[in-house]
Amino acid sequence: MDVASFVDSVRADVAGWDRAGGLPSAIVPTMATGGFLAADLPRRYGGADLGQRDLGEICASLGGVCSALRSLVTVQGMVAAALLRWGTGAQRAAWLPTLASGGNIAGFAATEEGAGSDLGAMSTTVQGHGDDVVVRGRKLWVSLGRLATVFLVFGRQDGLPVAVLVESDRPGVVVEPIADPLGLRAAQLANIRFEDVRVPAANLVAPAGFGLSHVAATAVDHGRHTVAWGCVGLAAACLEQAVQHTARRVQGGVRLADHQLVRAVLGRAYVATSGARQLCAHAARLREQRSPSATAETVVAKYAGAAAAASVSQDAVQLLGAAGCGPDNPVNRFFRDAKIMQIIEGSREVGELDIGEFALRTAGPDRTL
Amino acid sequence: MDIRQVSGDDITRQILEFLSAATGGTALAEDQDYIAEGLVNSIQAVELVTRVEQRFGIEVEVSDLDLDNFRTAGRIADFVRRKRAAAAPDTRDG
Ligand SMILES: Cc1cc2nc3c(=O)[nH]c(=O)nc-3n(C[C@H](O)[C@H](O)[C@H](O)COP(=O)(O)OP(=O)(O)OC[C@H]3O[C@@H](n4cnc5c(N)ncnc54)[C@H](O)[C@@H]3O)c2cc1C
Repeated sequence: MDVASFVDSVRADVAGWDRAGGLPSAIVPTMATGGFLAADLPRRYGGADLGQRDLGEICASLGGVCSALRSLVTVQGMVAAALLRWGTGAQRAAWLPTLASGGNIAGFAATEEGAGSDLGAMSTTVQGHGDDVVVRGRKLWVSLGRLATVFLVFGRQDGLPVAVLVESDRPGVVVEPIADPLGLRAAQLANIRFEDVRVPAANLVAPAGFGLSHVAATAVDHGRHTVAWGCVGLAAACLEQAVQHTARRVQGGVRLADHQLVRAVLGRAYVATSGARQLCAHAARLREQRSPSATAETVVAKYAGAAAAASVSQDAVQLLGAAGCGPDNPVNRFFRDAKIMQIIEGSREVGELDIGEFALRTAGPDRTL
Repeated sequence: MDIRQVSGDDITRQILEFLSAATGGTALAEDQDYIAEGLVNSIQAVELVTRVEQRFGIEVEVSDLDLDNFRTAGRIADFVRRKRAAAAPDTRDG
């Protein structure tokens, strides 16, 4: 099934998933069969060798109907990207095909009580015990945490940042569902406690010291790209709702769209959405070229995507009036989900700092390297 | 410029230039431990790997992830030289 047919097939159900706070379990095999999971992996690992632009378009289509579905693709892609880049041959062979097939659902467990934007403050420990390591700590806000069969967990081993794969059925893994969040309500969010969970040392990804700067960074870089595209799809869906409503709704004998005030809002929303889409396309192109600036330009795309999603969804609710506040109206859900996008994968403020830093040095001498 | 023609000293100089720019214009020394001093964020760490790969025509693999290869500009340059020597056909074993 191509992504357009897939989103059409679920469009009528997604509001119910949001209300119920979860995705149906059959969705994972359906999405895997559609080739939407870890689709940019090479074919030898079960992927579709999809280009970054094509991956982005899938995320935009999903984001235009349900951010929880896009979130599933994002997290699966993040963990797959980290393993493809920094896993050993054995780890890649063991895990990657299962991520593409949906045989494993990944969770990304980085955030802690004391470590949000500043992951360096994390206190989860990973201690060596012979051929095993023991993981102890509590991770918060894990998307798909209730569905995940394996977590990529970040902690410290002898003080150094490490990344370790922890299967969810290991003794000591405790899943605490998060009920009623503001947005991404169907994304099965959970806090996860790791109570002295023993896993083979072979589950460590990359040597100690590289857990955050390389493993997490590679994963989050990939996640930012798919979130950015998902935001573009969300913003475009909101613009479409706003256009359809204001073109039909008549008050005081005038179509809403015939007010200049309304048209100006539609115009600005168009520019925000279209601009974000172009920045995403630019980032996708740089990623395909393996350009060194791809990481920074992906931050730019995610920042612009989240900003467009937040502003256009807010405009859509305003233009739809009470209709947009109704329980089953999509802009109601898009508005709540869009706010989340300015917090996750690098908050708006952290993005601004990173982009400002990039601006400072790209005008400088690094152009020679 | 052909990457094969980049001389050993050029490698160190170019890495120092990138690191200095990445760390807000700090004049870094060849043996300064920019990681321990927390001068590089994770976006820059990923970028540094890609830059070194693209600029010097090598591939950084998981087996190369050794803090000793990356701590200082001088060590990165040594690492690049080793990788390039290992990849050059005339110096390959057997
Ligand atoms: C729905 C949802 C899903 C999530 N999924 C995952 C997941 O799957 N895995 C995971 O590990 N985490 C996940 N998270 C957590 C998310 O990554 C964090 O919320 C995010 O990193 C921000 O951290 P924080 O919430 O602790 O906010 P803080 O870091 O405490 O920030 C709070 C506010 O302060 C601002 N701020 C922080 N630092 C600075 C600064 N230097 N300068 C200026 N302003 C600053 C921020 O921009 C923000 O507005 C999820 C969160 C949500 C809401």
